[in-house]
Amino acid sequence: MMQDQQDNQTIDMMLNMGPQHPSTHGVFRMELRIDGEKIIDVKPHIGYLHRGSEKLSEGEQYHQIITLFDRMDYLANFNNELVYCMAVERLLDMEPSKRTEYIRVILCELNRIASHLLYVGTIGLDAGAMTPALFSFIGRDRIQTLFESISGARMMHNYFKIGGLKQEVPDDFVRMVKDIMPVIRRDIDQTEKLLTFNEIFLSRTKDIGVITAEQAIDYGLTGPCLRGSGINYDVRKSEPYSVYQDFDFDVPVGLDGDCWDRHWVRVKEMHESLRIIEQAIDKLPDGDVASPLGRRLIRPSEGEVYVKAENPRGEIGVYLVSDGTDKPYRLKVRPPSFCNLSAIQLLLQNSWVADSVVILGSLDIVLGEVDR
Amino acid sequence: MLSTVKGMIQTLSSTWRGLRKPVTKLYPENPTVLQNRFMGFPGLTWDKDIDEPFCTGCMVCIRNCPTQCMTATMKDNPKFADESSKRRKIVDEFEINLNRCILCGICVDVCNFDAIVMTHEHEESGSYRDGSRMKLDGLLEIGGKYQTQSGWKPAPKD
Ligand code: SF4
Ligand code: SF4
Repeated sequence: MMQDQQDNQTIDMMLNMGPQHPSTHGVFRMELRIDGEKIIDVKPHIGYLHRGSEKLSEGEQYHQIITLFDRMDYLANFNNELVYCMAVERLLDMEPSKRTEYIRVILCELNRIASHLLYVGTIGLDAGAMTPALFSFIGRDRIQTLFESISGARMMHNYFKIGGLKQEVPDDFVRMVKDIMPVIRRDIDQTEKLLTFNEIFLSRTKDIGVITAEQAIDYGLTGPCLRGSGINYDVRKSEPYSVYQDFDFDVPVGLDGDCWDRHWVRVKEMHESLRIIEQAIDKLPDGDVASPLGRRLIRPSEGEVYVKAENPRGEIGVYLVSDGTDKPYRLKVRPPSFCNLSAIQLLLQNSWVADSVVILGSLDIVLGEVDR
Repeated sequence: MLSTVKGMIQTLSSTWRGLRKPVTKLYPENPTVLQNRFMGFPGLTWDKDIDEPFCTGCMVCIRNCPTQCMTATMKDNPKFADESSKRRKIVDEFEINLNRCILCGICVDVCNFDAIVMTHEHEESGSYRDGSRMKLDGLLEIGGKYQTQSGWKPAPKD
């Protein structure tokens, strides 16, 4: 009897997840210490996609850095370009024209929808549902084709310039956006119907990966991860930048801070984004979108700024120090995914191995931004 | 239980809706339709009036390229001597490493002579390491192809 018990003693097992695991959404490695099916401890390893964007920026001129921001959060390129352009514009103490701002907002919100659609697809895959991914990609592809006809590229646009846009939008821009809106709404509804209130999905995500409001604040979560825990904080509302104060929209807030709430917040956000686009396209002012700087070398006077904006994943901040030359002295990015990922240890401890994929998926990280 | 069945019906009905024409296309047979503004590899344009490239080899694009993927040299324009061209200098050699190019379009923005365009060319392969370095004649070829395809005109000078 004694002997038997000793034989049944379990020892913790090391389970290596990633970096090439399909559900880590990039190259991210987790060292899980598991006892049976229970996760005791987790050690995240990041940096596989480190390209040194911040350091590279110090060697590039101001207008070239936009290309690096495109590649940071590669699912929300326009949002990233916007925050960088805003930072340099504040350094230069200039304001782009109203038309520029409106077009920027429309494109950013479309990009937010595209990013969230991809999220809906991947969380479905993580939870074991294949169909939503196929449908959501159709919607995302429509938006990307629209982007292609506007900026010339599906993902790495390099379309926002400091003080303006690269070129005027195509003549049928308003019609194109108006045409795409009902289609996108249908796509969102379809993925939502397939997934959000599906019994299996509910049981996979409800009460899984709970993070309370206090913990979420302590860990510095932002974006849908924070709002899923019931805190109404959205940079677009609390400190409106660009022209967001002109629009009437709500900030969806969850209740319990579990995976399903984070999912629900994102789905609702897509509808709010559609509302913003609708208002913006109706109010779209006439004017010039070309940058007043033209082809001049951008050389801000000495100074530093911190600018933040709402990325699909949370609050992205850019800290920019200029020493008066044509290249920045220092550029620091506060990446939302990186801060959201820091809560992974808390979320995964004492959960099941099978849930770890869903929890990681519900944080919606982009490794390009985590590692920079 | 009931909601499980409901979810299944939902999925099944979406399968039914999925029986429409496929949205995906087989790639080499049916290439995706490119939008007008699509940015492919950069190419150099040809001035048909004078029969020489627009590019003067001024190196502005080279200094502005974020990846430093191009090189160029300039030479005296022989056509300037016999006064058939206004360009004092003309490009001698031009090379773009298309493997390094990130298709950002900055070179097109900064060029003062409308000499470089983002063509619609985007399929490229080579069987050796330097196979993607495109020289002047290749760049003029894809640029010229783009010119005829899209009816590209240099921006009017004022
Ligand atoms: S493409 Fe334009 S910018 Fe570049 S070397 Fe030729 S003329 Fe100069
Ligand atoms: S498109 Fe960008 S990376 Fe490519 S050659 Fe032009 S400036 Fe350089």
